[in-house]
Amino acid sequence: MTDATDNLHVMNRAALTKRLVGALKNREAVVGGIGNSNWDLWGAGHRPENFYMLGSMGLAAPIAMGVALAQPKRRVFALEGDGSLLMQLGCLSTIAAQAPKNLCVIVWDNGIYQITGGQGTPAAASRTDIVAIARASGIAGATWAADQTEFDALVARALTTDGPHLIGVKIDNEPGRTQTDRDPIRFRESFMRAMAEAV
Amino acid sequence: MTSAEGAPATWHGILRQAFKDNDVRLVTYVPDNVLRPLIEGVHADPFFTAFTCAREEEAVGIVTGATMSGMRGVVLMQTSGFATLPNVLASLPVACQVPVVMVVSERGTLGEFNPGQAIVCRTMRPILDSMGIEHHTMSRLDEAAFVADRTIRQAFATRWPACLILSPLLTGGRK
Repeated sequence: MTDATDNLHVMNRAALTKRLVGALKNREAVVGGIGNSNWDLWGAGHRPENFYMLGSMGLAAPIAMGVALAQPKRRVFALEGDGSLLMQLGCLSTIAAQAPKNLCVIVWDNGIYQITGGQGTPAAASRTDIVAIARASGIAGATWAADQTEFDALVARALTTDGPHLIGVKIDNEPGRTQTDRDPIRFRESFMRAMAEAV
Repeated sequence: MTSAEGAPATWHGILRQAFKDNDVRLVTYVPDNVLRPLIEGVHADPFFTAFTCAREEEAVGIVTGATMSGMRGVVLMQTSGFATLPNVLASLPVACQVPVVMVVSERGTLGEFNPGQAIVCRTMRPILDSMGIEHHTMSRLDEAAFVADRTIRQAFATRWPACLILSPLLTGGRK
């Protein structure tokens, strides 16, 4: 586990999303946040257990928390950008208060609103540490992933130990490589059918 | 009106029963003084999982995720909290057709003392109407069970969000 942000390798969201999806063997649910988090999830190969969120910026973690509460036997991941999480920091306290053991939030932190032209976030300007916020909110297991090897180990930990987990990842500013179909009803239907299958 | 046990029926007891009858087990809320007896009732009843959220948006996200995964839920809030929701309603439960049930205690009318509440109250029904979200204002105890049960039932049958507005005529409002 890595506490400080000083020695973090800058990684690539698309590559790490593929590594995450490759580690999922038990119909784990994955909720992709707005924009690039979503598109790189789509680019990692569609799974019916993926839910691609559209315009409700900041709600990937709350949606995933709802899935986790409804299905305590299923592991659930939220993929959220740093700018998105900044819009909904209160959800970290809500997650900590309910403490769903099967929830893991992955925060892709590039310090910019990439999709709107790469403007810096206020958190980047102030050197806000998102993992420290998560810990201070009560998510004791929140940690940075220093490099790809540690990311893999933290995903394995999230798949095998009680959470809630939160993994912060410093990423580069490469845009998402593909874009999801804009078909929310189809995604909802396929996700609901997948969630009706036992883990 | 009396309940099955002979005690006088209450609006909050009727709502709690309507949740149960429709298998709505998850109750998320941003606290509100008028809603207190309903909130206390669901906390006291092991049928429900009930907790506070930091924002109404977050509660809509949680209930959307839970509902898609087999656990039906409801979001309780007051009028000004509802006014924070148009973007997430449009882009999540409405766009995805997920039956998120909302219960709003109405402030800003029938004797409101706060000008801000009075203005924001006027935005609520136009927002609901513009998204095609069915809403019913509950103002009479003798109609409450019918309105609550039928509104919730229709939301799940038609896979569309719905909103029950609790008038001060029903709840007594904020004293």
